[in-house]
Amino acid sequence: MKSRIKSIETKYMQQRRDFFNGLKNMDRRSFLKVSAAAMGAAATSGLLAPNSFCPVSVAQAAGSSDSNVSFRFAYISDSHLYEKKVNDRFVRGLLRAVEDINNLDPQPDFVFYGGDLAQLGQAKELDIGAQILKNVKAPLKMMVGEHDWYFDLGQKWQEMFGQPTYSWNHKGIHFVTLNSVVERDFWTKHGMTPMQRMMTVAGLDNGMQSSFTVGAQQRQWLKEDLAGYSNDAPIIVFSHSPLYKLYKKWNFWTDDAEDVQAILNRFERVVVIHGHTHQLLTNRIGNIHFHGMLSTAWPWPYAPEGMPELTIEMNRPDPFNPNDGCGDGEVHVHTDGLVDKIYNFWNRKPIMVARDYTASWGKQSIPLKPNLASY
Amino acid sequence: MKKMSTFANFKIVLLFVACLSLVLMFASCRQENEMTTCDGQGKVEVAQDMTGQALADALMDQWTREHPDRDWMAEEKQRHELKPPADNSSLLQGGQAEGNTYGQPTERDLLIWTRETEKFVLEGSRIFHSADLLKSTVSVSCDMCHPHAANTHPETYPKFQTQLGRVILLRDMINWCIDNPVRGERLKPDDPRMRALEAYIMAQRSGTEMNYGKH
Repeated sequence: MKSRIKSIETKYMQQRRDFFNGLKNMDRRSFLKVSAAAMGAAATSGLLAPNSFCPVSVAQAAGSSDSNVSFRFAYISDSHLYEKKVNDRFVRGLLRAVEDINNLDPQPDFVFYGGDLAQLGQAKELDIGAQILKNVKAPLKMMVGEHDWYFDLGQKWQEMFGQPTYSWNHKGIHFVTLNSVVERDFWTKHGMTPMQRMMTVAGLDNGMQSSFTVGAQQRQWLKEDLAGYSNDAPIIVFSHSPLYKLYKKWNFWTDDAEDVQAILNRFERVVVIHGHTHQLLTNRIGNIHFHGMLSTAWPWPYAPEGMPELTIEMNRPDPFNPNDGCGDGEVHVHTDGLVDKIYNFWNRKPIMVARDYTASWGKQSIPLKPNLASY
Repeated sequence: MKKMSTFANFKIVLLFVACLSLVLMFASCRQENEMTTCDGQGKVEVAQDMTGQALADALMDQWTREHPDRDWMAEEKQRHELKPPADNSSLLQGGQAEGNTYGQPTERDLLIWTRETEKFVLEGSRIFHSADLLKSTVSVSCDMCHPHAANTHPETYPKFQTQLGRVILLRDMINWCIDNPVRGERLKPDDPRMRALEAYIMAQRSGTEMNYGKH
């Protein structure tokens, strides 16, 4: 006769088996290894009892059917690398993101890097970033951020990664990458050294700098680049700063956003994916759907004013876990060009902002609300 | 007698120029052509026949060269926006204050209070934004996670800090951050840098309701 009381070891092995079986079912959603890594990290940091294998599920609302997904790409953004001898925490953040993305099965069609690879635009910072990113298995596309640019005004970054403004086509979608961190010269009148200029731009709340712009030259380029496309062509644009005006004091802002939007708004479906804000951020202006990217270095607080109505904020980050609020993610591109935007948090359940959420102006597929609101 | 009077006039002119510039006074005049600036440290050699504006300019130049941080308050305010301290102009109204601690404050008094308070707070802003002043060993400063001291919520302390399992004050959290993400040196509660950091963080939440214990 079998005992009905199970030993701790038996319970542990059963929970473990159930846990890994649960993860296998999530393989279709490409979260197997990501979640396993997240669970492993959570378990080793003592957040979970060692025998407690809670299934991790994607906080995904109904209404985003996989069958309409045409392809996927992944993103990594805002790593803010110092040299390893100065600070290895941010280096480890980027390493972890690359491992996450390389473990995705199936592999994404490409990986997009959202800017601010370096913290102070130093050659050694960009070098270590490039070395780590070399390990990305899928093809890599790069975007520039202000931290990469304002030490030498983009010289080193462009030597390493080429032109910051470019476009390409992929499976019926037209992709555009912009340099949206063009600032009017504020440094000459103050007689700043390159490092002083860099330090000024590197301070999010530093009021000595100017505002980000795309600028007339790139806007003209964008107009010409899009000229051959009809209004029903699906367009996805990458910019480091959000291509709208959220909060000027932190440059969560693009000063000529309206002019850029004016070029884009003849299209029926445009998605803009941006870095810089280090947080879950959702907006829609007309037919333009905006999504933020997570940072691998640290999360920013939400702006004290100007928040877009469609944004359901992520939980306030826990300072006691240096990875909380950080992460990477994926973008599932639907056949119509709109996207499911997945925020893969390293210390939490992933959150999906589904195509239907922005498509319905926030009426359907509403993501879960946060427990811990911003102060 | 006449000669003495000319010399006295010369001193008065010099004093007048120094007062006008609001920066300079002459501490001593050890040699005929060497003068000491008001901080008692800077020395400047001037031609014996230099007088009036030219002399004042020379001294001002010297002092300016030696004090690149002379406008640090204005510069810090330009760099990092500061919420202004409370407006106390209502104290100038009414007449019952005479004789008590406040006496009858004048606009000048109010200006002194504001400037001194801002100076205290701006010193905090300087430290908050500087990995060097925080003695960070990993080049991390407070503003990297808390621009304009956002998400520091000083109004929620004291509170039971779940991760530490005890009730803490703002300064405990400041020290936790200095210890961990900043990897600097913990500050004693009465350390001028701790007082300045507390001042800046609280000043930036001006207008927020006190709400101790809030998570």
